[in-house]
Amino acid sequence: MDLNSIYSQLIMEHNKSGHNKRHLPNPDITEKGHNPSCGDDITLELKLNGDIIENASFTGVGCAISQASTSMMIDLIKGITIEEALTLVKTFIGMIKKEIEDEKELEKLQDALVLQNISNMPARVKCAVLAWHTLKEALSDK
Amino acid sequence: MHKLNPEEIRKDFPIFKQRIQDNRLVYLDNGATTQKPMQVINAINNYNQNSHGNPHRGAHQLSIRATEEYDLAKEKVRKFINARYIEEIIFTRNTTESINLIAYSCGKKLINKGDEIVLAISEHHSNILPWQRLVKENGGILKYIYLNEEGRISPEEIKRKITDRTKIVSIAHMSNVLGTIHPIEEIIDHAHKMGSIVVIDGAQSTPHMKIDIQKLDADLFVFSGHKMLGPMGIGVLYGKKEILEDMPPFLMGGDMIEYVYEQEATFAPLPYKFEAGTQNVEGAVGLGAAIDYLEKIGLDRIENHEKMLTEYALDRMLSLPYVSIQGPKDLEMRGGLISFTIDDIHPHDIATILDSYGVAIRAGHHCAQPLMRYLDVPATSRISFYLYNTKEDVDLFVEGIKNVRKWLGYGS
Repeated sequence: MDLNSIYSQLIMEHNKSGHNKRHLPNPDITEKGHNPSCGDDITLELKLNGDIIENASFTGVGCAISQASTSMMIDLIKGITIEEALTLVKTFIGMIKKEIEDEKELEKLQDALVLQNISNMPARVKCAVLAWHTLKEALSDK
Repeated sequence: MHKLNPEEIRKDFPIFKQRIQDNRLVYLDNGATTQKPMQVINAINNYNQNSHGNPHRGAHQLSIRATEEYDLAKEKVRKFINARYIEEIIFTRNTTESINLIAYSCGKKLINKGDEIVLAISEHHSNILPWQRLVKENGGILKYIYLNEEGRISPEEIKRKITDRTKIVSIAHMSNVLGTIHPIEEIIDHAHKMGSIVVIDGAQSTPHMKIDIQKLDADLFVFSGHKMLGPMGIGVLYGKKEILEDMPPFLMGGDMIEYVYEQEATFAPLPYKFEAGTQNVEGAVGLGAAIDYLEKIGLDRIENHEKMLTEYALDRMLSLPYVSIQGPKDLEMRGGLISFTIDDIHPHDIATILDSYGVAIRAGHHCAQPLMRYLDVPATSRISFYLYNTKEDVDLFVEGIKNVRKWLGYGS
């Protein structure tokens, strides 16, 4: 295992920057996500305008992988529709499960593409997908 | 007493022949499970190659040999913890099953509305959930003994929580998170004065120190084979004869009966009453061989060796300003298991990065969420020693920790 491919510059930046880590004033949706085996615990907050995700943020604790993955996801979903966001969730989880390998499709994940290597680390897959599952849960009845 | 030589001991363990990405395998996850020496692997192989049959059933040679091997393993366990009678030793799958058996069988009989069960806040989930189910079904109240800042149980707290309303006290001998050895002699003594029975979870202590069950005077005592060089799937429930005799069976089925009629049955005497169905004979044989191995080396020497490693590791870890130790920082009443956190870094990242250097540790909540909440930490990292660990292992671990800081962008 090459640590460079896991703890890459981009992941470290997202883990440390915290630009998406805050509370939103009056969020429309608050959704908790939890990995019981390792203690990653995040809360997503979403502000909707019709079917557009106008703003998003998160709070909570977790490892560098889960924190970076959450931050990258929030960058991606701000300003897009619920349907588009759910498609990105599908693409991300497909990438981690190695079910989607088409580069063109994966490019849509932008920064989050660097998490592709996590698919080779079974012990850390849960950390990477936590935020995405939580988002899916949050938007499931919208 | 001469010191044991861990480098010599390592040669008995084939798993240590491998390299992890060209690093020495530094195995510091012994609190989770331990490795097996050739002596244990060979004993299991021998049994399977020469003596395998269904015990207690057939009149043929193999069934008789399997019965003998099973009973011999049980006698080894009896001697190992100095139980009075062999009928006091029940084989189960593991500590979890042993506690579930006790809660289901003994608990259902003893606990009624208003009765209290006392646990420590540091218990493993396996010593919480069976009791939660029991009080939900039977009534009763779960009470917790809390720890002081050092992770210890005070005499006052024992007297405060264990009262004449207490019917069952169930507590770990040694915490699987903090490494604290709890004052179980005092707890047992006080609980008995209050008329309560006491269950001791010996999963973390039995592999590492001499247990004299008659001296301890615990009513029920449980542990797992795979944390003491034995195979997974074999565990032990010790109970005082008069208590076990009073307890109804847990699992119903073959081998635990006397007479079976269409509508009712009578049950076999101890220990068979609690051993329904075909038992894990190769597991028992493996556990017996593990006990032989541990006794040949000597539990007192193992305990001393781990104490030396713990002192050395604590000393080196405390010299790093970004490392915090959860639990006692001195050697008094503590075992060879250390939980720690590193500033700004989540335990799972620590474990992943150490793994890339060949160092195996545990990270997470250690199946002790109530304790994590009580300590107000989301998770910790944990190292735990055994007889085959060396000072070199500690050095490689400490070097690894310094690298963890570098990898995550902090100066060391």
